[in-house]
This record gives sequence, C-alpha cells and structure tokens, in this order.
Amino acid sequence: MKFHWFFKKNKQPIPNYYKEYQKSFLKTNKLSISNTRFVVFDTETTGFSVKKDRVLSIGAITLINTTIKVNDTFEVFVKQAVFKAETVPIHGILKDGSIEKITELDALKQFLKYIDTAVLVGHHIGFDVNMINEILKRNNLPKLLNKTVDTGYLYKKSKHSIYQNEEKHYTLDNLCDELNISKSDRHTATGDAYITAIAFLKIMTRLNKNNDLQLRDLLMN
Amino acid sequence: MKNSIAERVFDFLKEYPPFNLLPKNKILKIATEVKIIYLEKGKVIFNGDDTIHNHFYMVRNGGISLHKNTKDNKILIDICDGGDIFGLRPLISKENYLLDAIANEESIVYGIPIAIFEAEIENNAKVNKYLITSFASKSFDPYTNEQSNNIFTDYIAKDNLASTNLHAVNYTKKPLKCSIKSTIKEAAIKMSRKKIGCIVVVDTNANPKGIITNSDIKNKIATGIVSIDANVTEIMSSPVITYTKNLTVLDAQLHMIKNKVGHLCITEDGTSNSKLIGILTNHDVLASLGNNPTVILKEIQRAKRTREIRKIRNKANLLLKSYLEQNIPLAHISKIISEINDSVTIRVIELSLKKMNIAPPAKFSWLALGSQGRKEQLLYTDQDNALIFEDVAENKYEETKQYFLKMAGYVTKSLHKIGYEYCPAEMMASNPKWCLSLSEWKNQFNDWIINVNDEGILLSSIFFDYNRVYGDFLMAKELSESIFKSLNKRDLLFTFLAKEAIASPSPLSFFKQFLVENNGEQKDTFNIKRRALMPLINAARLLILSKNISGISNTAQRFERLAELEPQNKELFQSCAYAFKALLKFKTKQGILHNNSGTFIQLESLTKEEKLKLKRCFKPIREIQEVLSVRFNLSNIR
Repeated sequence: MKFHWFFKKNKQPIPNYYKEYQKSFLKTNKLSISNTRFVVFDTETTGFSVKKDRVLSIGAITLINTTIKVNDTFEVFVKQAVFKAETVPIHGILKDGSIEKITELDALKQFLKYIDTAVLVGHHIGFDVNMINEILKRNNLPKLLNKTVDTGYLYKKSKHSIYQNEEKHYTLDNLCDELNISKSDRHTATGDAYITAIAFLKIMTRLNKNNDLQLRDLLMN
Repeated sequence: MKNSIAERVFDFLKEYPPFNLLPKNKILKIATEVKIIYLEKGKVIFNGDDTIHNHFYMVRNGGISLHKNTKDNKILIDICDGGDIFGLRPLISKENYLLDAIANEESIVYGIPIAIFEAEIENNAKVNKYLITSFASKSFDPYTNEQSNNIFTDYIAKDNLASTNLHAVNYTKKPLKCSIKSTIKEAAIKMSRKKIGCIVVVDTNANPKGIITNSDIKNKIATGIVSIDANVTEIMSSPVITYTKNLTVLDAQLHMIKNKVGHLCITEDGTSNSKLIGILTNHDVLASLGNNPTVILKEIQRAKRTREIRKIRNKANLLLKSYLEQNIPLAHISKIISEINDSVTIRVIELSLKKMNIAPPAKFSWLALGSQGRKEQLLYTDQDNALIFEDVAENKYEETKQYFLKMAGYVTKSLHKIGYEYCPAEMMASNPKWCLSLSEWKNQFNDWIINVNDEGILLSSIFFDYNRVYGDFLMAKELSESIFKSLNKRDLLFTFLAKEAIASPSPLSFFKQFLVENNGEQKDTFNIKRRALMPLINAARLLILSKNISGISNTAQRFERLAELEPQNKELFQSCAYAFKALLKFKTKQGILHNNSGTFIQLESLTKEEKLKLKRCFKPIREIQEVLSVRFNLSNIR
C-alpha cells in the first residue's frame, strides 16, 4: 500500500492509520470540560514558513481533568533533509545529534494515534496545526479533524475588557511572565507543551470565575 | 523513548526527601509514573473521611493547606509548600483520610503512585522513617496515634545489648609497611625496631599485597623452611583481607571470624586494589570493646589528677558522638552521660577533700542543679551547684562555712579545668550564697516560696531541679520535704511558675516560620533552649511540684510520671516526654557539629527533614501551655 503513494494517482487509497483516526471521530460525544481529553502540543521547526520549513520535533501531553500523567506524554524527533543552521540556537536540535530520530511518516502515524479525537491545545496553534496539515498533505491526506484551542487567543479573552488589546500579540514568554510560570525548558517541544498546558489551566481558571465555562467557549473551530 | 517531562519531575523530586534518599534510577522510575495535577485556589484534593487515593502528593508550586474538621469549626493544621509531601495516610493505614487538603493558592502538585513508590523503595528504612515522621507531624495529634510507639522509636529506651558492639572501631592509622621488593630480614628489622607484631607488604601504589606477622617469622623462618634473605613475598599471607574505614566493632569481629584472620587491612575503597590507610588487629577490636562506659567510669574513679579526668571526660564526648550517630535511644545515652558527669564530680570532690588535709568538720551534701540536676546535661555546659552542710553550733559556724567554701573553690576550679564553665551568675557552691547550712537553706526556700518575686522564681526554678551527687543523703531529703511543706501553703507560687512556663510562646510564629532571635550576636538564629526546651522543662517542673512529688528531676521522667498520674492526659504527657528527648538530642547533635552548646541553631543549616522533625516537636509545647493556662487560671492574671 505504502508503495503506491510514490505514483501520483487521482484516487489515493486512504492508509489504515488515517482511517482509524477518522473512524474514531464518528463516536465522539459531547463532553463536559472535566471529561474532555485535551492534548497540548508544540512543534519545533526549521523556521516559520509552512511550505518550506519542516517539523524537527513534536512534543505533546495529555490533560484530563486538570491532571497530566507523566507516563502518557508524546515526544518525537524527526529526521529532515531541510536543515537551517540559524534556528539551531533556538531549538537546540542538531542535524546529526545523538537524539534518536524517526521519519516524518512514522512521526505522523504516532502523532495521529496519540491525539486520537482529543481537543488540541497550543499557543498560536494555527501554525502548529498547519505544519501537521502540511505533513498530511505531503502524504496526500486530508487535514486534521480535531477541534482546537489557542492559548494566545484565550489569554486575550481572559483579560478584563479594559485591558484587552486586540492588536497585542502575546508570546509564550509573555504568558509565562504574566501568569507566573517557570520558563525552564522553553524551546523544546515537550517543554513548551508543558508550559502551554499550565498556561491553559491557569487561563481556564480565570475564565471560569462564574463557574459557567463550557467547552465551546474555548474552541477555535 | 525520551520523556522530558519525566526528567523535569525527576529534577524536582531528587531535591527533596524522601526521594533524595533513593538512588537516581529509582527516582526516575517513580518520576515517569507521576501525575501532575493543577489546582485552582480553593480546590479540594481530598476531604476528611474520603476513601484514600492511590497516590500521595508532593507540592510542586503553590501551597496546600491541611485542615481538621471538628463539630464546630475547621482548624488549620499545616500549610505545605514546595517540596512538602502530604496525603500520606494510604502509606500507613487503609483508613479514610482524616484531614482536608485544599489548595491554599493556585498550585501544582505531583501525585505519586503508591504501588510504584512502594515497589521502588522496597524496605528502605530511612525512607520509611521519614514518611512515618512526616505523617505523624501532619496528623492532627501525633500523641493520640496508636502508632506513636513506632514513630518515636529513636527516643524510646530499649535495652539493646548489641548497641555496645556498634561503636566505630579505632584502627591503627599509620600501619608499619614494607615494599614488595624487601627481604624478610629488612621487614623483620622494621618490626623489631617498632616493636610491632605485623607488617603490611605494599606494592608501588601503596596497595596492600600481603601481611607478615610474628607467627609467620616463627613458623617459616625460625624453622629454617625459608631463608632470611628471601623476598617477603615468600612468607607473606596473601591476599590480605580488606575493609573500608568506619567499620563497627561488630563488623570487624564478624569479618575476622569469617575469614579466619587476626588482621584487617583498611583501604580507601575497601578492596585490595586501593591505597592502604590503616590496619586493624584483633587487639584493637578487644580494646574497642573495652572502650565502653564501664571502662570510662572505672578510669574516672581511679584518676589521680584533674588533668587525667579531663582526658577521660573527653573520651566520653567521643562516646556521646558515636551514640548519637548510631541513633541509640536518648534515654540510654543521657543515663550513661549523666552517670559519667556525676562520677566526674564525685571524683573531683574526693580529690579536693584530700587537698584540704583535714576531714570535713560536719556532714555535707553536694547538689547538682540545672541541667546536670535534671540529668539532661550531655555536652559540657555551665556548672550549677550548691552545698548543704549540717547545722553546727553557732560558734563553729564560721569555721565550718569557711572550710566548705574553700573546698568548693577547689571543686569548681577543677570542674572548670575539666571543661565545665563557671556559672556566669555564680550559682556555685563556692559562692557564700550557695554554700549554706541545712536550716539556712530551709529558710531560703521558704522565703522564695512565700515572697514570690521574679528573681525568686528564677532561682527557685533552678533549685527545684537538684540532684544530690555527693555526701549525706538524708539532708537533701530533709530539704526536699521542707520545701514541699512550704509549697503546700502557697498556691500563688504555682501561678507564678505557670506564668513563667508559658512566657515563651510557641516556637512557630505563622504556621511554618520559626521564631528567630532578632537582635544581638545570635541574630536570626533559633534559640532551641529558650524556645523549645525551657517551656517543656518549666511545665514538667511545675506540674510535678503541684503533685507534691519529689525525687524525680529529669524532665522526660517527670512527664512519664505525670502520664501515669493523669491517665486522661496520658498521650499529651507522653508526647511531651518524646518531644523533649528529641529536642535535646537535636540540640546535642547541633552542639557536637558546631562545637558549642547547640543552643543557637542556624536555620539555613538544617535540612528539610530536620526542620520537619523540629516542627513536629513543637506541637506538644503548644498543647501543654494551654493545659497550664487553664489549670493555673492564667487567663485571670494576664
């Protein structure tokens, strides 16, 4: 099956791993926030161009009812032909470093299996989702089906209206400072995912002052 | 697969007990299974009466408050902050939680799965002890806990015969050695010059390769089997049996018996592939066995000069140190050290009497006061003592008093030389005020008791804890009886003593802050004597006096006796006794560590575990002060 993809055909058969991913969305029920499985994730990339740049690592953690299980986290490093020396100082991932790396396709398969139908959470998640969607596209697959939450947007929303500034762009570092979160492990995919998760939890608390927060209030899509 | 989150959890766990007591690989295994829980302010982790969780918890960020619900209100027991553990009940028992755990602020806690934790710690005794101690300190009232016996095992006397065999053994630090290239003759000459019965053969790296003893020379050379000019390797016993330093008498004995040797080579890492640092012979082991309190006491009794006593008394300090290191029960330690202190005083008095050349003109009694009187003096402290002499005819009085003052002068001087500082307030028998006839003493006490004033309280509080060390027993007893007769007439004294006993407030200010000294040389240190020991000492003295009981001057024993007398307060009194012993042990350890009295404690120098232990001891102080306040009606006079 894999073999056939190299020949561009109009009707691509959908591979099993994606079918399973797709199928699981059929049986999802509407859940309360405390029962919802959130997967907070972050990608480290060679740069900011969705088309030209590549994902170097994906880190993700699962959040159910404000709890993270350390043994249920996701962390992969991806072999890429594209390499940009100038971004190495940011993410610290060397082209031929000692970290065990897997192919982009394997990373994708594992990632889809891990996220399942969870609500995806990320800081400026649009970029990370686009990066994953590009990988899907390179493999002739449709986009991610998951609902998403953007902590950047949520944070803005959590601020009192007089302090809200539509123009302001909140970086993850801004969030750390304002929400008093330790910045250790910034710029590793898993570290950023963890920080984002904590930020997400703190923002939810602020949004839930009246105890009436619904899942739909969080979602982007 | 790499798990960065687990690594971060590991980095945190490894800094705090009980995890810092575990090897790294085990911490990492536990870290991988941790649950990270975010709690908004006010969020409940568990309530009292909830069934226990599969996890216990460690605070990562923020603070968790523990409350006890009673019929009428909620009592705050403790606030845990970063690195503190809580929710330990499931580790200890299967009963429901007793306390409520609530996020005092926005917090992150780690949930540590008990099944995995228990598998990893196996039966690590230190970890278990830490957990039990920690659990007890957060229980509402440790003293009503039926497990209190286990919690305080450190401080409960048990007659442990094995303990005498647990001293560190003293090995010879500079063993006689020769090169592996030496001839037997060369080695024998060295042995004969130094008059030593064995020599270690070492290679060029100073690693021990063999050993030659007198009997090798007798059996192999003198019999003509090997030539005297042959190489040492021909007759040496090899390989040598090695061991690390810091071995106990018991280790040494067992190792020698097991290997059927009379000599152990002590090397840097305990193997024969590291540098030789000493040798331990059968003889050293026997000598170490002799280095016990009985021997020290005998040596003191035989000593002829102050300087000798000083030397022997210093040995007792080494003994004290090793006892503390080995966690020998404090009741046992203080019994031995008090015995030694008393016999030092007795010997000094005997020697001083000899110096006087004439026999005492009247019967007398030498009293130890203060901590020595209470048999709680472990380190050298100030000498507090007094002398009672028999009533004599008026015309003989001056002469008699002068005799005893002179003698007391000799005694205090010798004690000073030995290491007991002069009392700064001059509460010593060499002071005419503290060297009185029996009827003078009776009047003195009467005066203190009837005319209560602040100075009188201070003085009487020292004098109520006396212990007769030397001389006539009946006079001391008579004085006690007289004091108690006067006491019965005066309730007011108790009120004043009670006021004194609760004058030092609880050693903790706001939940977890130790009250530190805020001025003077000892600024920012914690005065364990004033804040923690004195309130207990004062409380015990007052309560035992109010029961009209004489003859017990030791604080812990006083509390133990009180526990028998008042079954309704048994747990409280027992916990006071335990706390007192624990605090005294703590002070003594600090004193040894910093080579001082241990009174002022640098809080930063304490580990989390030690602070926890201290804090636990403070609980009974607060409770006993409340009892005093009610019993002696203090709310009326404050």
